[in-house]
Amino acid sequence: MSELSVNHLLGIKYLNEKDIQLIFETADHFKEVINRPIKKVPSLRDITIANLFFENSTRTRLSFELAEKRLSADIINFSAAQSSVKKGETLIDTVNNILSMKVDMVVMRHPNPGAGVFLSKNVNASIVNAGDGAHEHPTQALLDSYSIREKLGDVAGKKVVIVGDILHSRVALSNIFALHLQGAKVKVCGPKTLIPKYITSLGVEVETNLRKALEWCDVANMLRVQNERLDMSYFPSTREYTQQFGVNKAILDSLSKQIVIMHPGPINRGVEITSDVADSKQAIILNQVENGVAIRMAVIYLLASKIKQ
Amino acid sequence: MSQKVLLSSKEIDIILHRLACQLLENHLDFSDTALIGLQPRGIYVAERLKKILEEDYRIKNIQLGYLDITFYRDDFRRGSKPLEANKTKIDFLVENKKVVLVDDVLYTGRSIRSALTAIQSFGRPSEIELLTLIDRRFSRHLPIQPDYRGRQVDAINNEKVRVEWSENEGEDKVYMISR
Repeated sequence: MSELSVNHLLGIKYLNEKDIQLIFETADHFKEVINRPIKKVPSLRDITIANLFFENSTRTRLSFELAEKRLSADIINFSAAQSSVKKGETLIDTVNNILSMKVDMVVMRHPNPGAGVFLSKNVNASIVNAGDGAHEHPTQALLDSYSIREKLGDVAGKKVVIVGDILHSRVALSNIFALHLQGAKVKVCGPKTLIPKYITSLGVEVETNLRKALEWCDVANMLRVQNERLDMSYFPSTREYTQQFGVNKAILDSLSKQIVIMHPGPINRGVEITSDVADSKQAIILNQVENGVAIRMAVIYLLASKIKQ
Repeated sequence: MSQKVLLSSKEIDIILHRLACQLLENHLDFSDTALIGLQPRGIYVAERLKKILEEDYRIKNIQLGYLDITFYRDDFRRGSKPLEANKTKIDFLVENKKVVLVDDVLYTGRSIRSALTAIQSFGRPSEIELLTLIDRRFSRHLPIQPDYRGRQVDAINNEKVRVEWSENEGEDKVYMISR
């Protein structure tokens, strides 16, 4: 088995195609492990991981925590809301204090883009980016591609449309990088106000008509409307957004083919997708969640193997 | 580097037939027994034993699994090469079964220690036995010995025992390689 070309997972743009294949092959093994009666392996029993969440998260944090526990790592959890960050402590001081407790790896979510890169240059630990502002969310993109590969056999040559708030989405950016690396074609679709001007420079086409986008694609990745990052000036109302960019059963049934529906969660039911779509056989949303644990186990395992004793 | 043949194809075949008979003496119809080949190369020994038991002794429905121990090894991050995982395939219950772990070469015993931990993830066998084609004597790091052994070999530390199989290398052979 080869090694990852990187010592940190800061973003998909730092990975190459071989890294992604290695992560997927390793995740295949861990997927088998997490379906055993005892879902735990002792590989990382001498590794300590700090989960630093400077921004709220439920599923990513739980997924990382479960992945770490299933690899037998020791973990410490930190959330900014109950910490000394509120008292004015800097990021480096906070992290260095934690690293003094002999931590080997840091999994960090931070509201500022580039926080992971900054940390990797200033502290001596392996860094995993669990989402940095509107920049990247690499493990989400990896689990999305892995889920497409699992469902459709391969990512290469597949047509994927990412629908919704592209402007504020780290999931969209990481997905574009990951899908392109694996040879997929990508379009984005959403209100013009939520599509950044630079997006075409990434080799992505823009489509503002949802029906046309769905007719074109094999997979539709529906992004959450991030109410916490929006003021209402981006589109007139949630109802109008749903009418133009929401996917319901009637639209899916009227297409000439069966497409795969994905969503990184949490879903605003009835906004991005209706409940009957979210719970239909075309949706692989729960597979994405299951695959998330296997992918995160693979990433942590492969990065830990580069921490020499 | 020099190498000499320890066992020819014919000798391996004779040994495998003897091992199959020894298994048969202890497990009779194999209804409560499962053979578990250790990845990567113990699976060939286990497959051959299954074939002999089925074809020569008419034992039906022998349960055969493959166990990968990569994630249970105690040398993670110690070696120069990254550990390579293989496929685990155990699609039956090991709970209350007599499990026979099967490997090609028993050397330090560390792989078997890992396998003993790994097999517990699939349930609690009633007992576990160990079968190895080659038993390298005087090289154990742990108090582990085989219940069934094909051939005992005295090899010093810079010597390596390599088992080749017709499925992979075109011919069954066991070599002693000196570096």
